[in-house]
Amino acid sequence: MKTLLTFLRKNVRDYGILIALIVIIVFFQNTTNGILLRPINITNLVLQNSYIVIMACGMLLVIVAGGIDLSVGSVAAFIGAVAAVFMVRYNMHWFLTIVLSLILGGLIGAFQGYWISYAKIPAFIVTLAGMLIFRGLTLVMLQGEAVGPFAVPFQRLSSGFIPDFFNYDGFHVTTVLIGVIFSVLIVVIDLINRSKQKKYGFEVLPFYLMVVKNLLIVGAVLGLCWLMASYKGLPTVMIILFVLIILYTFVTSQTVIGRRIYAMGGNVKAAMLSGVNTERLYFLTFVNMGVLAALAGLIVAARLNVATPKAGDGFELDVIAAVFIGGASATGGIGKIIGAVVGAFMIGVMNNGMSIMGIGIDWQQAIKGIVLLLAVLFDVYSKKKIQ
Amino acid sequence: MSDVILEMRNITKVFPGVKALDNVSFSVREGEIHALVGENGAGKSTLMQVLSGVHPYGSYEGTIYFKGKECQFRNITQSEDVGLVIIHQELALVPFLSIVENLFLGNEQGKNGIIDWNKAVSMSEGLLEKVGLEEAPATLVKDLGVGKQQLVEIAKALAKEVQLLILDEPTASLNDSDSEKLLDLLRQFRENGISSILISHKLSEVLKVADSITILRDGATIETLDCRKDEITEDRIIRGMVGRDLTHRFPERDVKIGKTIFEVKDWNVYHPLQEDRKVSDDINLYVREGEVVGVAGLMGAGRTELAMSIFGRSYGKDISGKAFKYGEEIDVSTIQKAIAHGIAYATEDRKAYGLVLIHPIKDNISIANLASVSNYGVIEDPKEFSMVREFRDMLDIRCSSVLQLALNLSGGNQQKVVLSKWLFANQDILFLDEPTRGIDVGAKYEIYTIINQLASEGKGIVLLSSELPELLGICDRIYVMSKGKIVAEMKASDATQEKVMKHIMNNTR
Repeated sequence: MKTLLTFLRKNVRDYGILIALIVIIVFFQNTTNGILLRPINITNLVLQNSYIVIMACGMLLVIVAGGIDLSVGSVAAFIGAVAAVFMVRYNMHWFLTIVLSLILGGLIGAFQGYWISYAKIPAFIVTLAGMLIFRGLTLVMLQGEAVGPFAVPFQRLSSGFIPDFFNYDGFHVTTVLIGVIFSVLIVVIDLINRSKQKKYGFEVLPFYLMVVKNLLIVGAVLGLCWLMASYKGLPTVMIILFVLIILYTFVTSQTVIGRRIYAMGGNVKAAMLSGVNTERLYFLTFVNMGVLAALAGLIVAARLNVATPKAGDGFELDVIAAVFIGGASATGGIGKIIGAVVGAFMIGVMNNGMSIMGIGIDWQQAIKGIVLLLAVLFDVYSKKKIQ
Repeated sequence: MSDVILEMRNITKVFPGVKALDNVSFSVREGEIHALVGENGAGKSTLMQVLSGVHPYGSYEGTIYFKGKECQFRNITQSEDVGLVIIHQELALVPFLSIVENLFLGNEQGKNGIIDWNKAVSMSEGLLEKVGLEEAPATLVKDLGVGKQQLVEIAKALAKEVQLLILDEPTASLNDSDSEKLLDLLRQFRENGISSILISHKLSEVLKVADSITILRDGATIETLDCRKDEITEDRIIRGMVGRDLTHRFPERDVKIGKTIFEVKDWNVYHPLQEDRKVSDDINLYVREGEVVGVAGLMGAGRTELAMSIFGRSYGKDISGKAFKYGEEIDVSTIQKAIAHGIAYATEDRKAYGLVLIHPIKDNISIANLASVSNYGVIEDPKEFSMVREFRDMLDIRCSSVLQLALNLSGGNQQKVVLSKWLFANQDILFLDEPTRGIDVGAKYEIYTIINQLASEGKGIVLLSSELPELLGICDRIYVMSKGKIVAEMKASDATQEKVMKHIMNNTR
């Protein structure tokens, strides 16, 4: 019992945010009379808020590197508009459109990253300018009107579900199968890591705690898949999200490039004098952000089946809030992908739950603001305690 | 016998898990310069923080009497109100404000929140004259050198009608002549009845000015020496500080010098902002395997600038000249290339340029050579851990684990982390810039031992230092720099402090 307590105390920052998410889920599950966790609503929740998770992965890198990107909402809208014009006005193939859009997103990121990293203009200013530029260009692109609808394959990017190979009546077996495979992978990877850590004489979780931890994770994964299977199965977007989350978690925690981004954000001069090419690295975080903003723009357009001049309005704030709620430091050098993702889901659950409850957009904004403040307050407090 | 102005009785201060001060008593007489010495972590700063109200009344045990009255300070303002001013090592000036604005910051001259600038300026002129600073009050603080900034801090203390001035390592970043000026100023204050507490690692200075010396060790008062009665020597103080005789302040080394490992020829560097100012002027310098080469010079002589310009042009503009390794010309035009050729530069400012303070020791040590612990860009955690731990043990970095944050380490241990970083990167030409700045005698000895160890492995070491005894103690050969030029080169065995200073002085005019 004592080890459990010390473990929790040591990791209060990592788990605090997760506990907060669970509290919020339970709260809305109650106030919405169980609607929140219905399969159809979970599907909706994921579809509606996927853009936050996608962009939070890029924003986390930007913020850890010591920057900020205010332009992502406008960039997402612009890419949505460009893709719509390509497909609707010029009849371009949907796949080619996606590829070109992602490249264009990268170029936009490179454009902003150049001014920030090489011309040394503060990221706040450059991306504020970018926010205006690309909002304006969105209007130009769309000539002030909504452009749509799109070809069905493109729509599936957002509203599609993974196919079921088993055709079992009313139940999506493939989804459950994916859940099972995923669960096994989680447990196996954890066991391998554990034995590796033991071999090198590291402190590991007590065995029963590890079992509890894995049971909780596997339970959550299987439970989610079971719920989804009883509706239409896993949405395509969810697969995209999983892949991105795993990829970016890996990059930030296990790779040289990730470590260097953290070092740069923690102390840019020390990183530079340790041989890190800080300018190029900072530049690349913005390119990456551009690509992810483009992806988010495509998914939002696909879901609405139309590109509108107002698309992506205020996205940047949701995304930045998600990253900070997830424990990233505003001065750079600290933050985790999993934190940002949990932060994104917190915002998503709040958006969704409050909408179901019929709370107006006015109060939704105010409540989200208060939650952001509380989350950062908690973070500051727990940091002080550790020191 | 003069009166006691300050008396601290039986002060005990406990931090979670550590007793920082254990029943410390400390008293200062009126109009004396009282030095407070001790190793890092001995409790000097904590004692001064208790005194100045940083640790408020109630958070410590014991009593403080100032001019016979018991004091219960709850914050710094209260202690400053009675005339107790502390000047920290890291100066607390606002760089983009003028001298006069800084002087009266928090002590603005005027009524109802409206500042009377005429009054402030005329008062400031008097204050600046007292500290001997000849600068216009409207000068921005950022345009002053560190030495002059220190004087502004002292003038600021005078503006508050200081009666007891506390200086924490005031000369740590000053050159010899500026230090001398500062010490003169303290003497002058003594004449005028202002007492000072001087915290310093530079024992020679302490001996020059102090009337009494109190030695702290491990949070306890060891002894108070009276310099007017007894003959005190540096060795005597060191014995008190470390609790044993340090017969050798510099460890012995078997010198085995090999081939020339690194050389620069005709190296010229210009100031990054002032285009016609040469900061390195026709420098020719070499270092051999197993050799420790010192570079002596005053603050601003261009030592750091030279080393950084060689290290991938991390300083300066229009750099010209050639660099050679084992006689072959090498390209050191970027930091990455310099590192690839085995050059390392361990900075003088470890907090600003050397460490990522908010990250663990492990990440700080491995950052310059992640390639050695990764495969296709993926870091192998276990390998990284075990290698980092090897260096921790080798350099004896005292920490609870390699995951401890760098900011929680003492200065000496932080310096060891910076050195470990370059050892981890397996560099064989090391530029060490002030590696012992601001660390205590015991830790200095350990750093010297590490330097010796590296030299005996055949690495070439260039040691930049403002402390002449240190250069004379551990180098094999010494270059003397002044105003961007190398003005002399000598064997350490032939060198004396006087000789080196003479070369510097002859060339500063």
